Amino acid sequence: MLGYVYRRILYMIPTVFLVSIVTFIIIQLPPGDYLDTLAAELSDSGGLDSGTLEALRDQYGLGQPMYVQYWKWITGILFHGDFGLSFEKNLPVNDLIWDRLGWTFAISLLTLLFIWAVALPIGIYSAVRKYSVGDYAATFFGFIGLAVPNFLLALVMMYVAFKYFGQSVGGLVSPEYIDAPWTWDKIVDLLKHIWMPIVVVGTSGAAALIRIMRANLLDELYRPYVVTARAKGMSEFQLLMRYPVRVALNPFISTIGWILPTLVSGEIIVAVVMNLPTTGPMLLRALLVQDMYLAGSLILIVSLLTVLGTLISDLLLAWIDPRIRYQ
Amino acid sequence: MPLIQMPTDPLVEIRDLQTHFFTDDGVVKAVDGVDLDVHANRTLCILGESGCGKSIMARSILRIVDAPGRIVNGSITYRNAGGETIDLAKARHGSRALRAIRGQDIAMIFQEPMSSLGPIQKIGKQITETILSHRPMSKAEAKETAIEMLDRVGIPKPAERFEAYAFELSGGMRQRAMIAMALSCQPRLLIADEPTTALDVTTQAQILDLIAELKDEFQMGVMLITHDLGVVAEVAEDVAVMYMGKVVETGDVYSIFENPQHPYTKALLASVPRMGAKRQRRLPAIRGMVPHPLARPSGCTFRTRCDHFMPGICDVAEPPMIATGDSRAACFLHTEVAQDG
Amino acid sequence: MTDIPVEKISPTEGDDDVQMPALLGPWALMWRKFRRHRVAYASLWVVVLIYLLALFGEFFTTTEIGETNVRAPFAPPMGISLFVENEDGSTDFQLHAKGLKLELDREAMRRTFVEDPDKIIPLGFFVEGYAYELLGFIPMETHFFGPKNKRDRVYFWGADRLGRDIYSRIIMGTRISMSIGLVGVVVSLFIGISLGGISGYYGGWIDNVIQRIIEFIRSIPTIPLWMGLAAAIPLGWPPIRTYFVVTLIVSMIGWTGLAREVRGKFLSLRNEDFITAARLDGLTDWEIIWKHMVPSFSSHIIASLTLAVPLMILAETSLSFLGIGLQPPTVSWGTLLKEAQNIRTIIQAPWLLIAPGTMIVVAVLALNFLGDGLRDAADPNAH
Repeated sequence: MLGYVYRRILYMIPTVFLVSIVTFIIIQLPPGDYLDTLAAELSDSGGLDSGTLEALRDQYGLGQPMYVQYWKWITGILFHGDFGLSFEKNLPVNDLIWDRLGWTFAISLLTLLFIWAVALPIGIYSAVRKYSVGDYAATFFGFIGLAVPNFLLALVMMYVAFKYFGQSVGGLVSPEYIDAPWTWDKIVDLLKHIWMPIVVVGTSGAAALIRIMRANLLDELYRPYVVTARAKGMSEFQLLMRYPVRVALNPFISTIGWILPTLVSGEIIVAVVMNLPTTGPMLLRALLVQDMYLAGSLILIVSLLTVLGTLISDLLLAWIDPRIRYQ
Repeated sequence: MPLIQMPTDPLVEIRDLQTHFFTDDGVVKAVDGVDLDVHANRTLCILGESGCGKSIMARSILRIVDAPGRIVNGSITYRNAGGETIDLAKARHGSRALRAIRGQDIAMIFQEPMSSLGPIQKIGKQITETILSHRPMSKAEAKETAIEMLDRVGIPKPAERFEAYAFELSGGMRQRAMIAMALSCQPRLLIADEPTTALDVTTQAQILDLIAELKDEFQMGVMLITHDLGVVAEVAEDVAVMYMGKVVETGDVYSIFENPQHPYTKALLASVPRMGAKRQRRLPAIRGMVPHPLARPSGCTFRTRCDHFMPGICDVAEPPMIATGDSRAACFLHTEVAQDG
Repeated sequence: MTDIPVEKISPTEGDDDVQMPALLGPWALMWRKFRRHRVAYASLWVVVLIYLLALFGEFFTTTEIGETNVRAPFAPPMGISLFVENEDGSTDFQLHAKGLKLELDREAMRRTFVEDPDKIIPLGFFVEGYAYELLGFIPMETHFFGPKNKRDRVYFWGADRLGRDIYSRIIMGTRISMSIGLVGVVVSLFIGISLGGISGYYGGWIDNVIQRIIEFIRSIPTIPLWMGLAAAIPLGWPPIRTYFVVTLIVSMIGWTGLAREVRGKFLSLRNEDFITAARLDGLTDWEIIWKHMVPSFSSHIIASLTLAVPLMILAETSLSFLGIGLQPPTVSWGTLLKEAQNIRTIIQAPWLLIAPGTMIVVAVLALNFLGDGLRDAADPNAH
């Protein structure tokens, strides 16, 4: 097992490297030099100190070859935790992003739990009672869930909530709680709001997982080992849970690997629509005004955390499936 | 004539069993009117080509036929140790009574030891699970029993193997583990569905010996399903020959091999090469193919391939099972003879 | 045991031969299987219809998509009525829409549209309207359905804040949105089959590298990445260039899945006997790939392609909705939905959300059903 863990972590290194390269390219994509933009920004708000400019030029290696710039950028992050400056806000990126990243990941993880809680039982039911009314309903829901883009779902739900329930929409807490300290009331208020983004972001994932679980379980349900278990005298429920479901769970767990990126993607786009205090709106805004160090940092961190999530899911999978572990 | 001396009551009495599969294309009569007695402490071999319904018949006993298969008629009377009888064919699906018999009174082992064992559960866990669902034991006791059982079926280092997964064992070891699991509750009847087909010849012989040995030790009945005449010759005491969902001939192994009555049994035996036989002609094969299950011939199902086909007789009615020679066979050749003589 | 059940006498009585069904080619078999899948078969027609709409868009529209109307901002959808009442009290069959007029709602102090019973807009098929070029080269003025009088304006699905006709805009948006899916799929087909094929056919370290790249692309959240790439498209670019770059960006998602599938197929086929036989016959790698391997899984590829189209449509829609994909005045379903970005607009004019939203869902649903049906039909082992 330990060998597997090492190997898997080793595999992660090229991925992380590639992520940083791609992010760096994105940062470099907009025409013009970062400092030109900064200079323009600063000259608007007042004078520009040429000394500061030189210092910055040196710090980011601007004007030097690309690989030098990349090296300065990545070592700044790795060794000093310095993600650069957001020139729109004129603040270090570090001061801006962590709260929002926290919320993005909180929502993504909660959504993952929501998806599992919904997809697992429905998927099992759908496979065991194949072609029943419930199965057809689940299949139908699955197709709809996959067909509705989640920002559209967010808009529809906000419209319904506003029009028919008069609920304030958008944000994670009601306006009066935004800067309030954490109290019981605020938590209750948070729960009243947070379910909507979770449901919206989770729907397509849940729909996909139901279909995957159903297909996997159908593959396993008629395997000889199920017959063996039945011939041993186990009850149907017991043998269902201990054998085919247990085996069908493997692909289920491995789905964290690909569902986490989708969730984070979905969260970002839904957050823009619902105006959540997460990375989504900040990233969009940063991209639109080409505040590239802020945007790049967000992309980098979100991607890295997803890669990490994938790693965890792979290790989890190896932990529950001996066949992977012993390979 | 003196038939084999039968113990008084059979363990399992199958009467007119019909298990049909309701597919989209039509009804497949996989088992179509089987009568069979299974006795304690005897080995009964069910012999037949693949697709003749022998496996479905055996699965019908434990009621583990998968949909769309269903028992549509007949009875399977099981007599338990206390002498009480229960009709397994009528028992409710998944009922407690049925489950109590599965694994405890009647156990089964299967053809593919790899896919028949849970892929990601430890071998030991799968055995103790069986024990715990039938015996009032603690987990530690169950583990002890399981390790004893693994040892008994000839698995070296049983305590280590207890923690192993199926994919870590060789084919022969897996089948031994299957047998250990099946016998862990000391069943009164062991149904073995082609237990050696997937194994190499040496291992085959070892497994067959092991089953024979354990049969004597536990005094249990064994129903062994096979298409291999060599296996029959090696372990069978009684033989039932099946063709297209019906038993066409039954008898003890000596009468079947030395004096087969049904043309199908004769043809089967003739198609096996014999050691020391003269090389005179090609090995005879049975003419034609097994008819499509949805296009069963009328009357005797074997008539389309039979060398003794009698038009107007064989295609009109089904031949009844009658005593002839030293066995019982379902063929009009013998009915006619009986009537004429 | 002696009685003969009636059903034992089968219709094929007497003939020893197994009845052989007429032999059908693989494509005919697949088609027969597909036809049996009723939802998928119906979806095929929906998809065909949508692509026809995309192809002959102008013919089906009623108004030019850029045309604004100061008297109809946020005009609600108009219904189509069947009968008109004549002055003498008799009724005649006449397709028509009721005109709208603005009225000041004194309580809300807002202007609202109310139906104007006096103003009847007669509607008809094959009516004369604005001039356009069918398929880009046939000059025409006939439109499939619309007001009989060229100067009348109807808004079947309402109008947006500039009084532009949503119905016509959605039809024209179909062209962009559906073609992005199609072009994107062609691009990912090319990349997917090349890389997947190389990966699966040669194996070894090439396979390893390509697999790592695919894993990498799949393990990062795509939306922020596309956002980054799409945001780098300069706003000043001509729409057609933006269109192609957006297509390239969305096809980045499609190819990884396809490449994996192709690779898997290649890996399993590589060891099949008929491939070995072809190799022993002295065929080159290229011939083996194109004459033997690709035909044996092309049906699967078609199914996966069909399933990839909706993904791309959704990707385009999302990007354009966020304002970093296609830009107005290009009309796509995504840019149309952008009009419905905030909740106040939606409450004022829900049709801005509902109409394009429904189109997207219908198109994606139909493509998904179609792809699913194709996949089932292509799978010889599916029951």
